[in-house]
Amino acid sequence: MIQIFKQTNFDFLGKKWYFIGLSWVLILAGFVSVLYRVVDGDPNTHPFNMGVDFSGGTLATVKFRESPDLGKLRTALAGQKIDPTAISLQPVSDRIGQAPANEVLVRLPNLVHIEQQAGQSATAAQSKEGADIGKQKILAGLAAFNDPSTQGKVDLNTNGVDDLREALKSRAGLDSHRAGEVAQRIVDYREKSSNGLVRNLSEVKNLSGVDPQFGDAIEKNFFAGFASVKSVEAVSPQVGADLRNRAIYVTIVACIGMLIFVAFRFKSWGFGIGAIVAVFHDVLVTLGIFSITQWEVNLTVIAALLTLVGYSMNDTIVIFDRIREMMRTRRRETLEKLSNDAINQTLSRTVITSGLTFLTVCAMLVFGGEVLKSFSWCLFIGIIVGTYSSVYIASPFMLLWEGWKAVKRKATVSAPLSSEDAVSTAAPATAGGVTAQMLAAAGVSTKPRKKGR
Amino acid sequence: MNRNLRTRSIIITVITALCLIIMFGPWHRTGKSAGDFFKPSKLKENLAENIKLGLDLRGGTHLVMQVQADDAIKAITDGNVLKTDSELKKANIPFTAVKTPANGVVVVETPDASKHSEIRDKMLPYFGGESEWSVSTSTSPASVTFSLNSGAANRIRREATDQAKTIIEQRINQFGVTEPTVQLHGREEDHQILVQMPGIDDPERVKKLIQGQSKLEIRAVSGYGQKPYATRAEAEATLAGATDKEVLPYNEKRGDGRADTGFYVVEKVPVITGADLRNARGIQSQQGFGYEVGFDLKPTGSEKFGTWTGNNVGNYLAVVLNDEIKSVAVVKSRIDESGRIEGNFTRQQAEDLGLVLRSGALPAKIVYLEERTVGPSLGADSIRQGMVSLVAGLGLVILFMLFYYRFSGLNAVIALALNLVILLAGLAAFGATLTLPGIAGVILLIGMAVDSNVLIFERIREELHAGKIVRSAVDTGFEKALVTIIDTHVTTIVSAAFLYAFGTGAIKGFAVTLTIGLLANLFTAVYVSRTMFIWELTRGGRRAETISI
Repeated sequence: MIQIFKQTNFDFLGKKWYFIGLSWVLILAGFVSVLYRVVDGDPNTHPFNMGVDFSGGTLATVKFRESPDLGKLRTALAGQKIDPTAISLQPVSDRIGQAPANEVLVRLPNLVHIEQQAGQSATAAQSKEGADIGKQKILAGLAAFNDPSTQGKVDLNTNGVDDLREALKSRAGLDSHRAGEVAQRIVDYREKSSNGLVRNLSEVKNLSGVDPQFGDAIEKNFFAGFASVKSVEAVSPQVGADLRNRAIYVTIVACIGMLIFVAFRFKSWGFGIGAIVAVFHDVLVTLGIFSITQWEVNLTVIAALLTLVGYSMNDTIVIFDRIREMMRTRRRETLEKLSNDAINQTLSRTVITSGLTFLTVCAMLVFGGEVLKSFSWCLFIGIIVGTYSSVYIASPFMLLWEGWKAVKRKATVSAPLSSEDAVSTAAPATAGGVTAQMLAAAGVSTKPRKKGR
Repeated sequence: MNRNLRTRSIIITVITALCLIIMFGPWHRTGKSAGDFFKPSKLKENLAENIKLGLDLRGGTHLVMQVQADDAIKAITDGNVLKTDSELKKANIPFTAVKTPANGVVVVETPDASKHSEIRDKMLPYFGGESEWSVSTSTSPASVTFSLNSGAANRIRREATDQAKTIIEQRINQFGVTEPTVQLHGREEDHQILVQMPGIDDPERVKKLIQGQSKLEIRAVSGYGQKPYATRAEAEATLAGATDKEVLPYNEKRGDGRADTGFYVVEKVPVITGADLRNARGIQSQQGFGYEVGFDLKPTGSEKFGTWTGNNVGNYLAVVLNDEIKSVAVVKSRIDESGRIEGNFTRQQAEDLGLVLRSGALPAKIVYLEERTVGPSLGADSIRQGMVSLVAGLGLVILFMLFYYRFSGLNAVIALALNLVILLAGLAAFGATLTLPGIAGVILLIGMAVDSNVLIFERIREELHAGKIVRSAVDTGFEKALVTIIDTHVTTIVSAAFLYAFGTGAIKGFAVTLTIGLLANLFTAVYVSRTMFIWELTRGGRRAETISI
């Protein structure tokens, strides 16, 4: 039998104040980061790097024929009346072993929002512009990359099937059926064979299914543009705020649900509160780190936060279950001693489970790609913090609460209930002095509920 | 014990088989024989069809739009202003002006207060009665003010939203995408509509369609119009080089749900277009059978149409929507101001067609609040990367379990595999959608599934350390771990239930995936794993003295 730990007997809870202190340092660091970014007066720093999901705005992937000049792109976009300092341009890293993508992630601020600030009422501004205005501006800006001789011609790269069909009909004189077929053929070629961009006109003229007789008409009326918008995420500020509020609200509601359930299951608010404090601790520390590092917070990160809440809760309950189990047999010992033993007894399980899930997350960090990046980082931090909090935060807070309750009970219960109780209540009722017996007397369940197998 | 083992094995086998059938069955095909079940080449296809992927994994367009529902109130208010003006003039009631100072408010200014109650009684029925509009009068300046009640205003807004949704749905359905989603979104007072089009990564195309740049034309059918040509080539042959005519496809839905299809040769220049229409609606057929669509023309259109129909009695007309012929009708007489499109429509079809005809525009403007496109290749990348990382993670977990727990580790691995099978079957059975956040749920699930096994195994080891014999160590280990496993699972399911009840779409996906997986895990980690232990310990009728754990 391979074992990581033989019977251990670490004094986890004896050192709890160091760790609670460390947690405070981490939480305060995050808090300072949030606060500093709020009050520094620079409108371009935000407490969190909110993705377009939550802040509104436009995020577009623009594909270029060759490696693009970012300065030129920024100037072109500024020409569309967008504040150049609020534009973020980030080249997409090339994948190993593949041709350079030549793609740039363009993030635009909330254009609808800006017009609202300019003194219009919210409804007036909204009825004027939809969230899709950002994409129109990017497309207009991209025109700067094309040769002036292309003016008045139709771009084969930025137009979809319908626009190409209409253009083929009106400019190349095809009937609607033929025009539809040719437009579809061109778009299929562009998206499936040519990596998203038509490079020059002759490619299109030589396509099978495009009659040579249209060659001249195509030459005269169309051109292959330098760049095109490949994918867009645009969210209006209204929806962004709504999604954000819903995410916060749902996290809090779910936590309250768990608090009530755990309190009910263990018949003690102490356990419920210990578990929830640990969970909030994890969320706060993780969000703090996201503020410091300015990793993007989006809907996927919320899913990761909920996942880490699940992990942390799971870890905590395993330890609490063990404490409850021991309370049945070791009624005379202090709750602190029981908690410490419970943590020691479940230690190998904690290390194995956390270690394995941690391995899974590491695999996601390595293989998951861009889409899963902030998600994976969130879990990476979350598993470390969640494991540690179920040991150093959940149990101490449960003990604090039960100790405080014991002090209160001692103050209100004038006469001991039995001779046995007299012994325990006479002991100093600090956190460490609570015994399982006292809790039992106060109605805390020391038995698991009966379960069928 | 052996009977117990047999019962357990049967239950597990049946559930596994059922899940595999749900996963790989050809449920989304018609006319397939049962033999398809066993064709390995089809299994992958079936799986892909049974597990619905979210737009983030599959690629497609996601649009959230807001109906500017106040536009509908404005239209009604403006209509009432015009009506008041004309009715009061007709009735010779003196007034100085009819104004609308705000949306939903109509003010009639009068020279004096003497006729106020008469104005009120005269106009209120036209407006829709007291339940819709409240009336107040004032003497200085002398005026009667009609204001739309908030209840009625909300109803109008809601109706405008519903109507917009119906129109959009109809237009989206012309697109021919499989499983488009069109639904009301968010709170009712937000007037939002969600449109999702899997596989379409050109949102401009979708928007154009929604915006109703749908082109309605009434064109003359060239030549014999009673029956369509069966093929395009046949129809093109009759063109004989004519440049003022073209061939258009014909697709008319019949009352019984069948569609008539074919091709017609029609004039390129339309007689009238949608811009000439004033109104259109579904009405009961005058013959008493079925429904037809009645339409009214604007003065300009009426002139054009009257002249043309007058000269072409007995010829055929085609109603062309977006270059597709929706209906062909014979001209029975000169049609001036209003006409009918006959056809054996159902009531719904007649109303829908009427809606399409009169709504060159939607009942209210729409504004886009959210636009997302995921190219199919990007979605495929996400799937591939998600899968690679899941498989890599799982591989590491499996290696560790086998290394650390030896034979018992194999139990855990089999239980985990079965858990994932049940999860996928559950997703397929409930028609739930797998999204990127859903994959997050799967990762949490794998963690908790492995944890269940670790809990059990560590407990068994503890009991063995305490000197118990193998059989009773396994029994106690399972018994004690079960309490913990149920606690952790139920807590997580409770939180998932809250997430499902209060969360937005993406978070809901997370909750569903997680809940199905956790329920499956209660079965696999406890029941299935236990069964394997029982089998191992009673194999060959012996009483096991040792266990590989």
